[in-house]
Amino acid sequence: MSAATTHEANQGGRHDHPGHGEHANHGHDEPAHGTLGSYLWGFGLSVLLTAIPFALVMADTGLSARLVGFLIVALAAVQVVVHMIFFLHMNPRSEGGWTALALVFTLIVVVITLSGTLWVMYHLNANMMPVHSMSDGL
Amino acid sequence: MSAVTHGVADPVRFHLAEEPHHPDGGSTMLGFWIYLMSDCLIFAILFASYGVIGGNYAAGPAPKDLFELPLVAVNTSFLLLSSITYGFAMLEMARNRQGATLAWLAVTGLFGLGFLSIELYEFAHLIAEGATPQRSGFLSAFFTLVGTHGLHVTFGTIWLVTLMVQVSRHGLIEANRRRLMCLSMFWHFLDVIWIGVFTFVYLLGVLR
Repeated sequence: MSAATTHEANQGGRHDHPGHGEHANHGHDEPAHGTLGSYLWGFGLSVLLTAIPFALVMADTGLSARLVGFLIVALAAVQVVVHMIFFLHMNPRSEGGWTALALVFTLIVVVITLSGTLWVMYHLNANMMPVHSMSDGL
Repeated sequence: MSAVTHGVADPVRFHLAEEPHHPDGGSTMLGFWIYLMSDCLIFAILFASYGVIGGNYAAGPAPKDLFELPLVAVNTSFLLLSSITYGFAMLEMARNRQGATLAWLAVTGLFGLGFLSIELYEFAHLIAEGATPQRSGFLSAFFTLVGTHGLHVTFGTIWLVTLMVQVSRHGLIEANRRRLMCLSMFWHFLDVIWIGVFTFVYLLGVLR
């Protein structure tokens, strides 16, 4: 494969919408705009992933609260990924991988912050309270 | 001798004499992304605080007594709709259609204002019922977390109006495209944070 065709193949994913060439991008990675299709896909999936958890909680499904809780957290996690891909146009290659690196670093700090805080504070509560009713804690 | 003249004519440098040429605003998007990540940490800390003291009702009202899920559902749909209309504005911008870009931005701004109105109505309703931030640890954490998100949406809306004026005065120039792209990331990011809010605060709150 020649260098030219490799270049075409690399660029094809991002430059597929009309009118892009009208402003020069100085050879830098232009952040992707997405396409109408990708926005509509993202929107459709988001509507679904929002409607299901609301329905699970608002309608009397007869499922246990623990199961419903687990389901809505899982659906929220999926929706966050959907937003990142279809609306924020995240991909591992944008800005030479630096956005993805910053995201991964942030996620690590967020996970440490959240899990560490909850872990430490619940243990603190449990150890401080003589009569504890922490079963409804989370 | 030759070494001395060499030293004068061409001093040894340990840095680049000239910065390599960067196009104007070439690193703005990455810089803005890193700002968003730091914002993400702020929200992570607020979520952590809510997780810790969100169950301390101080014999006051619990989420089940306070939250109206239909209202939250309407609010969520407003924010989601504003996300897609902002996406449409970006698509029109890519096609160089200024009028359509401005129109979609206006629709986005209206959805943003709708979201804020409902949130303020909800807050006013809670405070009127006596569920103020001072009432309990749960309500302090709730107002701080949801209020910070609302504040972000407020500033995003102000920024949106500012950019609409900029675009209508100067057109879709390179600088305005870059600004619109930054606001796009900001706006979608706020929608991502809202997923966490409606799941962990409202839905899980009503569930427990």
